[in-house]
Amino acid sequence: MSNTNQSNTSDKLRPEQFEKLKRDNVIKDGAGRKSLTAWQDIRLRLMSNKLAMTGFWIIVFIAVAAIFIPLLSPHDHFTNNLTNTNQPPNATHWFGTDDLGRDVMERTWKGAQISLFVGLVAALIDLILGIIYGGIMGYYGGKVDEVMNRFAEILYSIPYLLVVILLLVVMEPSLTTIIIAMSITGWINMAWIVRGQIMQLKNQEYALASKSLGAGAMRIIFRHLIPNAMGPILVTLTLTVPNAIFTEAFLSFLGLGVQSPVASWGTMIDDGVKAMSIFPWRLLFPALFLSLTIFAFNVFGDGLRDAFDPKLKK
Amino acid sequence: MLRFILGKFVFMVFSLFLLVTATFLLMNAIPGSPLQSEKAPNETVQKNLEAYYGLDKPLYVQYGKYMANLLQGDLGISMKKKFQSVDKMIANSFGPSLRLGLSAIVTSVIVGCILGMIAAMHHRKILDNVAMIIAVIGMAIPSIVLAPLLQYYFAFKWGFFEVAGLNAPLDYVLPTIALASGPIAFIARLLRSTMIEVLNADFIKTAKSKGLSGYVIVARHALRNSMLPVVTYLGYLTAGIITGSVVIEKIFAIPGIGKYFVQSIIDRDYPLIMGITIFYAVILMVTRFLADIAYVLIDPRMRASGGKGAK
Amino acid sequence: MKGNFKKPVQFMLVLVIAFSMLLAACSSDNNKPTPSNNGGTNNGGETKAPQEFRFTIGSEPPSLDPALMTDAQSGIVASGLYEGLTRLNTKGEPENAIAKEIKASEDGKTYTITLREDAKWSNGDPVTAHDFEYAWKRSLNPETGSEYAYMLFYIENAEKFNSGEGTADEVGVKATGDYTLEVQLNSPAPYFPSLLAHYTYLPVHEGTVDGKPEWAAEANTIVSNGPFVLKQWVHADKLLLEKNPDYYNKDAINFDKVTISIVEDESTVFQLFETNKIDWIGAQAGSVPPDLTKKMIDEGRAEVTSVASVYYYLFNNNKVPFNNAKVRKAFSMSIDRQSLIDNVAQANQQPAYGLVPPSIAGPDGKMFREVYPDTGYFQENADEAKKLFEEGMAELGLTAFPEVTLLYNTSEGHKKLAEAVVDMWRKSLGVEVKLANQEWGTFLESRKAGQFDIARSGWGADINHPINFTFDLIHPKSGNNDGKYNNPKVEKLLDDSLVASSSEESMKMMAEAEKVAVSEDMGVLPTFYYTTVTMLKDGFEGVISDYSGHLDWVHGSKK
Repeated sequence: MSNTNQSNTSDKLRPEQFEKLKRDNVIKDGAGRKSLTAWQDIRLRLMSNKLAMTGFWIIVFIAVAAIFIPLLSPHDHFTNNLTNTNQPPNATHWFGTDDLGRDVMERTWKGAQISLFVGLVAALIDLILGIIYGGIMGYYGGKVDEVMNRFAEILYSIPYLLVVILLLVVMEPSLTTIIIAMSITGWINMAWIVRGQIMQLKNQEYALASKSLGAGAMRIIFRHLIPNAMGPILVTLTLTVPNAIFTEAFLSFLGLGVQSPVASWGTMIDDGVKAMSIFPWRLLFPALFLSLTIFAFNVFGDGLRDAFDPKLKK
Repeated sequence: MLRFILGKFVFMVFSLFLLVTATFLLMNAIPGSPLQSEKAPNETVQKNLEAYYGLDKPLYVQYGKYMANLLQGDLGISMKKKFQSVDKMIANSFGPSLRLGLSAIVTSVIVGCILGMIAAMHHRKILDNVAMIIAVIGMAIPSIVLAPLLQYYFAFKWGFFEVAGLNAPLDYVLPTIALASGPIAFIARLLRSTMIEVLNADFIKTAKSKGLSGYVIVARHALRNSMLPVVTYLGYLTAGIITGSVVIEKIFAIPGIGKYFVQSIIDRDYPLIMGITIFYAVILMVTRFLADIAYVLIDPRMRASGGKGAK
Repeated sequence: MKGNFKKPVQFMLVLVIAFSMLLAACSSDNNKPTPSNNGGTNNGGETKAPQEFRFTIGSEPPSLDPALMTDAQSGIVASGLYEGLTRLNTKGEPENAIAKEIKASEDGKTYTITLREDAKWSNGDPVTAHDFEYAWKRSLNPETGSEYAYMLFYIENAEKFNSGEGTADEVGVKATGDYTLEVQLNSPAPYFPSLLAHYTYLPVHEGTVDGKPEWAAEANTIVSNGPFVLKQWVHADKLLLEKNPDYYNKDAINFDKVTISIVEDESTVFQLFETNKIDWIGAQAGSVPPDLTKKMIDEGRAEVTSVASVYYYLFNNNKVPFNNAKVRKAFSMSIDRQSLIDNVAQANQQPAYGLVPPSIAGPDGKMFREVYPDTGYFQENADEAKKLFEEGMAELGLTAFPEVTLLYNTSEGHKKLAEAVVDMWRKSLGVEVKLANQEWGTFLESRKAGQFDIARSGWGADINHPINFTFDLIHPKSGNNDGKYNNPKVEKLLDDSLVASSSEESMKMMAEAEKVAVSEDMGVLPTFYYTTVTMLKDGFEGVISDYSGHLDWVHGSKK
């Protein structure tokens, strides 16, 4: 659309197609004139999106840092050093120390492990439940869909916060509890996405063909429909991860987070906010990396969406 | 259409009933009671209190009594804030939350749409990236960080705004920003992706070929056709936002309904937990119901099926 | 391209402006005059500039009905609204208020109280002895649902009536005339005049209260008799108090207006103070953010006052390994209390080696801790602790330390202390103690049910007397002895102290019991005596933290 302005004549579709041909040529050159599978095409499109790739590399960086920095660091995340509290960043403690003299860098990356773990597991649970539930809803349609959809709607109308808090009160606060609490209603959105996709796809020729060849419902759903609905599913997934990380941080703010001395970004931020005016590094580092992570997942998810949607292709 | 609305309504009442029952049971299953305190009350006193609030009766009796009162529109009296009626507590605290929520919704729709439009019209150009980066940064900073930061710098350090409260129009600015930053990003991205699609559609191409300028096309054709997902999202957003935000209300000391949410559970204030749950669920259902209707009205194709518009 | 956007941007701008005007209109009805800042005070000529005092409390007072109040916040507000028979002065000693004279009988069980005749309710009715009799019996009436009714159980037959076995007439309180009240106690209680200052002993106005349990939930239905009246109560937002022109001693009251805002977040409270929106932080009326306390104290901007509360950990005395006194002692002796205070708690608390806090009054007008210091109860010594620990483990026949968890209620402060304490145990005893936090209600239930190994605990005073910290915490029959510490010797000493011939003798026995419980048995693990960090704006006087660490603002003034 960017070229609408350049001329108001009716030949304006041309430059657009021009660009596209040009890029395809480049790709074909690199790939030795092989025709591309859908996935290769998507990958190439994704890799040409700079913002999305920035997001991707940030995620990789944070994941690698979360794994290796705690292994390599000379400090640990729990030993107190009461004579060395609230030190600003220095040569020994790159991110400074907190109010119990613990190394903030070590805790930030330990926290990264927890936060990423929560995000990934929550996303995975959403994915599995969502695909099964949404797949069945979408494929069978009719009465089955009606009933299952109603159930999902009821579940979805329960105040989310209420469920989470009640659960956390009933069960001991722990990582498991947090993940369960997030998953109780978290999967519904995914289920609806899958349902919408399946409904669109199930009448496509290949699905009908497979059906007429006697394939079972499960086979059609999982072999044919889900793979074709993977785009929106993946996109939703990349957006679930930051959501889960956020929710964990929010629960920590309410004091319902992970048990100390383990820290998550959420508990560190909650702690750091109170000290922000005099010991800003205690807030800065966990908040910075949390935001970076959320940012990265979001732009990557956006890029993924663009890459999957051929209509958005230029 | 009438059938559709009626069906939705019956379903709403039914789910509300299920919800009330489930909450009642769950709430009573959690350890702790509204009557305990750090200082162990004398046994005599404890018994009196239980009898006073009817907690000595079996659960089904308590449930029956609650439902009977509820049918008459009586939400009961708080067990912690002595003799304040729950409906009054909700009514009083909903005002500030509603005003702040509306302010945040309007802000997020306006700013979100502008950003989304800019991004879509400049798809894959610098402005697209700039708009999206702005949007995503707003989304990436959690409100538990954003709100205290805004408060610290804009109110405390530089003195542009009041630190807390909602007494003057200007007091709305900081909490609104904190509340709207997430939804802005969401709306911007939602609008961007639908609009890019719409702008590629044939009818837009036709419009373009007729020589209409970019703005006219967006305003006359694309925006309307791109709003559907935003409207759906608004249905969900509205309920979430006008029922208050625990974090924002706590930090800016706003006497809204959000903080009762957590506090009622921590206090085990049974009538208040129930009242707030019901209130929240009703708001949630009504806004979604309205969103559904709006959806049907905006998109005539949906009128026939009346189903969910999950894309 | 940009040119095309001008219009929508303009349109949006108009929308924004229109909307903010709408908001302004919406909120204008809510636009009460905000507390006028100190503008008026410097008008040289005027000597009687209205004095305003502003502070915050963390949550809405659960009740302003004397029979139903249980918490510090309600107490702080109520101290301005109501006047009891006595009132505690700045030293924590009872002084006559509505009472003109309090006479105890020889045996110390009968009190005859003469009331002043010029006290009035805010509706103009006189305050009489009948109001007190009515109020106390109302609290005791099982149908009132008063949580603190047990504060009145010192009175004869009070418990019987409250348990539904006796009648109101049997209760040992009677107005023998309009201005004479006679009280019969179960046993002599030399601290009865202090008790009379507690909010459970406040009077209520019968005509207002009778049959209207909701009378104290709104400003316009409250009838009170104190130095201030409640002008406005915006629930969950703020309370406005104004000086009561009919108060019998109104010349002693200087504030004309008091604004109490409800603000939960500590950082927000601090910023309100710094931007001159409130005049006070601390003593249960807001608190200085923990990370800032050290700085504020060092800069001389905040004051530290000791508080009649003790922070301690409960050992589960019935459970391995804390059923062994040597293990308990080892855990206690390996804590460096001063380091905990200097680096974690950071509010100049006093290390606790006993249970009775230093601000509690003792015999002969001295402080209890002056007469019976706790410093010799035990010594912190990591090596000695390690030795005791190994002996204790051998006595228990254990080779490996069992899995032990320290339970605390969810809070940033408790978490930090727990982390630091666990680290000290790790370093000196080589044991790994896990941490678990539970949210308040669950925590209380677990603790009550003995489902813990070590549990955090704190205890504050209701009255200025050591009985609060001995009988309640270490008597085997006390409902608050959640660690189930049980030593018959302690039990006997405490029981005897109740019927001791003199107040001095009684306190001596309590001190002895405390010493046995801590020094010999280490039934609980004392860590420190609380302090409260307070900040007050320049120009105010007479606003203090009382002995129990609650804000006392009623007699404050502004220069």
